[in-house]
Amino acid sequence: MANPNGIGASVRRREDQRFLTGRGNYTDDFKRLNMTHAVHVRSPYAHARIMGIDFTDALAMPGVVAVLTGADMEADKVGSLPCGWQIHSKDGSPMKEPPHYPLARDRVRYVGDAVAVVIAETREQARDAAEMVVVDYEEMPAVGSSTRAIAGGAPLVHDDAPDNVCYDWHLGDKAAVDAAFANAAHVAKIDLVNQRLVPNAMEPRAAMGEYDQSTGEYTLTTTSQNPHVTRLLMGAFVLGIPEHKLRVVAPDVGGGFGSKIFHYGEEAVVTWAARKVGRPVKWTADRSESFLTDAHGRDHVSHAELAMDADGNFLALRVSTLANLGAYLSTFAPSIPTYLYATLLAGQYKTPAIYAEVKAVFTNTSPVDAYRGAGRPEACYLIERLVDVAAGVMGMDKTEIRRRNFVPKEAMPYQTPVALQYDTGDFAKNLDIALPLVDYPGFQQRRAESKARGKLRGIGFATYIEACGIAPSNVAGALGARAGLYECAEVRFHPTGSVTVFTGSHSHGQGHETTFAQIVADRFGIPIENVEIVHGDTNKIPFGMGTYGSRSLAVGGSALVKAMDKVERKAKKIAAHMLEAAETDIEVKEGRFTVAGTDKSLGIGDIALQAYVPHNFPLDELEPGLDEQAFYDPKNFTYPNGCHVCEVEIDPDTGVTTIVSFAAVDDFGNVINPLIVEGQVHGGLVQGIGQALYENCVYDEESGQLVTGSYMDYCMPRADDVPSFTVRYHEDQPCTHNPLGVKGCGEAGTIGAAAAVMNAVVDALSEYGVTHMDMPATPEKVWRTIRDAAPAPAMAAE
Amino acid sequence: MYAFTYQRPTTLADAAAAIQAEDAKLLGGGQTLLPTLKQRFARPTDLIDLGAIPELKGIREADGGLEIGAFTRHAEVAHSDLVKRVIPSLASLAEGIGDRQVRNMGTMGGSIANADPSADYPSAVVALKATVTTDRRTITGDDFFTGMFETALEPGEIVKSVRFSRPDKAAYAKFRNPASRYAIVGVFVARFGAEVRVAVTGAAGSVFRAEAFETALAADFRAEALNGLSVEADGLNADIHASADYRAHLVTVMAKRAVEAAG
Repeated sequence: MANPNGIGASVRRREDQRFLTGRGNYTDDFKRLNMTHAVHVRSPYAHARIMGIDFTDALAMPGVVAVLTGADMEADKVGSLPCGWQIHSKDGSPMKEPPHYPLARDRVRYVGDAVAVVIAETREQARDAAEMVVVDYEEMPAVGSSTRAIAGGAPLVHDDAPDNVCYDWHLGDKAAVDAAFANAAHVAKIDLVNQRLVPNAMEPRAAMGEYDQSTGEYTLTTTSQNPHVTRLLMGAFVLGIPEHKLRVVAPDVGGGFGSKIFHYGEEAVVTWAARKVGRPVKWTADRSESFLTDAHGRDHVSHAELAMDADGNFLALRVSTLANLGAYLSTFAPSIPTYLYATLLAGQYKTPAIYAEVKAVFTNTSPVDAYRGAGRPEACYLIERLVDVAAGVMGMDKTEIRRRNFVPKEAMPYQTPVALQYDTGDFAKNLDIALPLVDYPGFQQRRAESKARGKLRGIGFATYIEACGIAPSNVAGALGARAGLYECAEVRFHPTGSVTVFTGSHSHGQGHETTFAQIVADRFGIPIENVEIVHGDTNKIPFGMGTYGSRSLAVGGSALVKAMDKVERKAKKIAAHMLEAAETDIEVKEGRFTVAGTDKSLGIGDIALQAYVPHNFPLDELEPGLDEQAFYDPKNFTYPNGCHVCEVEIDPDTGVTTIVSFAAVDDFGNVINPLIVEGQVHGGLVQGIGQALYENCVYDEESGQLVTGSYMDYCMPRADDVPSFTVRYHEDQPCTHNPLGVKGCGEAGTIGAAAAVMNAVVDALSEYGVTHMDMPATPEKVWRTIRDAAPAPAMAAE
Repeated sequence: MYAFTYQRPTTLADAAAAIQAEDAKLLGGGQTLLPTLKQRFARPTDLIDLGAIPELKGIREADGGLEIGAFTRHAEVAHSDLVKRVIPSLASLAEGIGDRQVRNMGTMGGSIANADPSADYPSAVVALKATVTTDRRTITGDDFFTGMFETALEPGEIVKSVRFSRPDKAAYAKFRNPASRYAIVGVFVARFGAEVRVAVTGAAGSVFRAEAFETALAADFRAEALNGLSVEADGLNADIHASADYRAHLVTVMAKRAVEAAG
């Protein structure tokens, strides 16, 4: 490698210096002259009519600047928060899309729904006054779960959504699936719940609105993963502000995991209120508000069946899923349990026929949308649990049944029966790398040793594939997306040879400032210190669709390469002029421009200087400057894939599950920075393990109250809950359709881990006849399962 | 939090006078009270910080056991060579309270006066035949805890110190709530000659003694002696993390582990 900080180098993250020394600049760190503070008055009820709001006393409280309600927004013609994806039901009808106002108007639909905002000189004064706002609620019956939502006679969350159904959608060839089941030798079945999760980004959401009376310009500083999207959605649909008068800044953002993709009501409230009160308005969520109002993830109830022939070859898969969308449609909510879920149900297998039905329903709970993995963990969990059940039905080894059904490397590109075309992948290779890492042949001996100590040991596999690099705009558009999903980059060489890159993707923990700089340093042979990556500001970046779906490198990085191509082409012209050679004779390597066959050459720095000091440029043919921009729209999704193996030990006396080892073998295509990739995998695995063993967002089914509204009850995984991970990747199967050959790594850990852990837990309990357990495998659940399964065959034999 | 008047008396007498204010609250390490205030769940007029009163501090040997000042932080108990030598099980219990931040701030007096049903110290107070000395009187450990978040303390009464007896053998075993890491069940087993005490925290509204366990262990101080014994699930705490019968089961498991750890 020519450049020590180029592609493939484990460069330590350049941004960590400021993060680890407390010098990051997060939204709540911004202070403005005359800034005010907003506190929202939120509904304590899951479902109620607002009969009246009396804020006379609140207005009289010290420091209070204003109290604003939904009626004020209505008077100002503030619109509904828009939904970015439209799904059509089986019968062709569009999904139900009820309005979602930033401040509720006549009805509240979940605990935490905002009904008013108090603006005061200090946050504490705003809180004091918010407690004085008297809202006259008439409580209504609530729907706290998806199963209750579709039960006959359930209360309606929205009057115009009969039976609480948003859409009833399907994908695949039902007739072919039915026929395959009719001829199946064996069928494996499973019923499972993919429980609701709270994203829990370390930095709570925050937003600051500003309005400049002299220019008519608004500025929103916000915790966003995609500021341009927020500008478009809020500007065009909610507040009616044209793009050139609205700047959205997403500065340092402390994690998102999807929850900061969406345009939230608070962003519109502070921006609108800033003009109304004539002062900047800042709102920062406290952790309780985060629990109540961040868009949650997952929440599926599914039934699935797998048809097999006599040899365990998969013939067909049938899946029926009930998805909870919460009280309102969050920005991308409808796409998650459909095109990001059902399209992945082929997994790594060549199952020829698949049919999936998804019924999505409204409930009186916080909206549900993308959360790390977004649909793909749900698909992976369902398939991989079902395949383990199938192995049991067939009496086959769990690795053997997978291997038998893998899409072979030679079949790539492979068209699945559920819309996607995998470009590359060598699934058997992933498994071949993983098995020695975990000493699979030695497992039975380890299990016996555990048993001798009174413990139960299990091993679990998950072979996952995901669709990332979201997304080809034409495909997404055909599937209901109301936006394009390209990415933009600008590469600006400065006169003295340093470079500023403007990317439309956004880093909120991913490390763009390092990896994107590596790509530029590598291409132009310059020190990484000479490259600055700018993101998160609509006034600086030409355009962008932001970061989610492991898309930054695959789409944003590709846009960067396209822009660098343009820079290089321009630089080549300049070099040809300076070296008095024909452009076709110029050879370029790592920023060195050489006349072929001579020792005449120039570095990119010399060229950059000349570009801005064009004393003798032939101006008809050559423009000054070296600053190029490009948009990249991917040709296909990328398909990261891998094999995760988890080994657990269970203490039957307490039901505690301990993860003994965890190995992850991943194919991310080419890797720019192995250190960052490994960190992404670690974080993802912990989140997947969190879902498998610890995390569970619980609403009371009847009252719609959030039971797990704090860390006292919502269990986050901690460092001492997880082992040291064994992480491997290979680069044998680079993506074939983007210039870097990259696939994305941000979500993989989360997608594979939950299934691997639960397969291991069920394996450990298999001697009790257990074939499935819903997540999280809490100590009590495991203990109860063991107790109720008496007498265990193995115990009886003793 | 709401506004309050902060006071930091330097003598017990001043503290006793200050606490007479209406809706005044005593502040120990603040590990329960401060989060409560931040959540606006309480609205005291005055906070009386006990941190500057010398007579509430310190650990010393007394009557063969230990006397520990009310304002002794968990970390001090955990790391005290004296505690480790005289009652190592108490040091080990303290080392397992909450997390490092909690242990560096939280105090013994604050913990027992708050009487959280899932706190660790109440089990030691009962199992180690402690007596609690206040600015007014002495209360035996057996009489101190009267219910969930309730003690024998009168309004304004201030805990000065806790005196623990030295057991021949003792150990504390707890099963943590995976989310909060408070004790779902904690069992302190202590043997004094022919007498055995088994104090259970976390499982019920308040710490209690498992008398059948004590009898069995007094006869045979081995984990196996508890085979077949269990506490009644009726009346035990139940929440989304642990039902009453699971807690009842864990009491036996943790008691056995404590006996094994006690050696």
